[in-house]
Amino acid sequence: MATGGTRVEVKRERLGTVGGTDGLRVKNLNAHQLLRGGDIEGPNQPAHLDGEELTRYVEERVLTTTLDSAVAWARSNSFFPLAFGLACCAMEQFQAAGPRMDIARFGFEAFRASPRQADLIILAGRVSIKMAPIIRRLYDQMLEPKWAISMGACCSSMGVFNNYALVPADKFMPIDVHVPGCPPRPEALMHGILKLRDLVQNDPEAGWRERYDAVGTEERP
Amino acid sequence: MPDATGLELLAKDLGDAALRTVYFREQATVEVDPGRIREVLSDLRGRGFNFLASVHGVDHYPEEPRLGVVYELIDMRKVDRLTVKVRVPLDTPEVDSVTPEWPTADHQEREVYDMFGVVFNGHPDLRRILMPEDYEGHPQRRDFPVGGEPVIFTRDESKWLEHRE
Repeated sequence: MATGGTRVEVKRERLGTVGGTDGLRVKNLNAHQLLRGGDIEGPNQPAHLDGEELTRYVEERVLTTTLDSAVAWARSNSFFPLAFGLACCAMEQFQAAGPRMDIARFGFEAFRASPRQADLIILAGRVSIKMAPIIRRLYDQMLEPKWAISMGACCSSMGVFNNYALVPADKFMPIDVHVPGCPPRPEALMHGILKLRDLVQNDPEAGWRERYDAVGTEERP
Repeated sequence: MPDATGLELLAKDLGDAALRTVYFREQATVEVDPGRIREVLSDLRGRGFNFLASVHGVDHYPEEPRLGVVYELIDMRKVDRLTVKVRVPLDTPEVDSVTPEWPTADHQEREVYDMFGVVFNGHPDLRRILMPEDYEGHPQRRDFPVGGEPVIFTRDESKWLEHRE
């Protein structure tokens, strides 16, 4: 390196050697050995840990929870919304999937074209009387457990179109979260989806079957 | 756009099928006999108005004859527009369909039928297009109630539940 240049030489030094004398033996097991049950003495020997080493090994690697919580956690972090828009709210719904809001950050980006692959329907727009049976049919085709978000004023309270042509979504299907606005911004929809996530995660008993006394009416194959 | 004189000449050519002419703000309108609308539109097509841009309904409540159907014609070569109107009374709201000659009128006549209740004789498939097929009434008529319903907000929900029980 030329002297007087703007570039500076940086020396890298090792931060202590792996497998040093101060660390516990647990630290020295690499992934391959853990997977195969090997030990540092030999790749195919079982790891012999006991006493304090075993306790630390378990505490560092094992988390206990209930199966229900784990399932709720998994469900709430991977909604599969139905790719379904009714009116102007749908434009804002697309933006929620766009790069600025990016619901992929939370795991909801997989919009499904078929209701049989979706577990979340976002009613984005106004529901006319003629459309209501079609939406109900889509909702019925979705697999359980399923959730519904009513987005915007029109399908919650019919908004400015409170007349002969429209019907509020609550009249023909159970809705879990209402997002107000006309139309709501993508942030608002995001907030609604995160509310639903909290609902599923922390209060799984608040599903529509529990709310509408419909437990036990599931279809069985 | 035919000017005022051109409109009068056109109405004269149409003979007694033309009932009235209106020339307002450079918009030429000729009102014709509802029974002869097909004949008139075919005649106008021969004069260059070969594009039917729109068919729509009007409710002239409380005037009689109350219901109206408006046909917007365009001459694409001369860039000329003409509005043709018919008026029909409420108790016999019947107009001849122009769908056989102008296929674009198909859905638009269905919409006029759906919203205003004008019956188009000779239409190949006259049924509702926007409202559900079992819907009663024609909602764009001016004496039709706007409808709607009270909205239940969360703060009213307990009252609503009491009412339901």
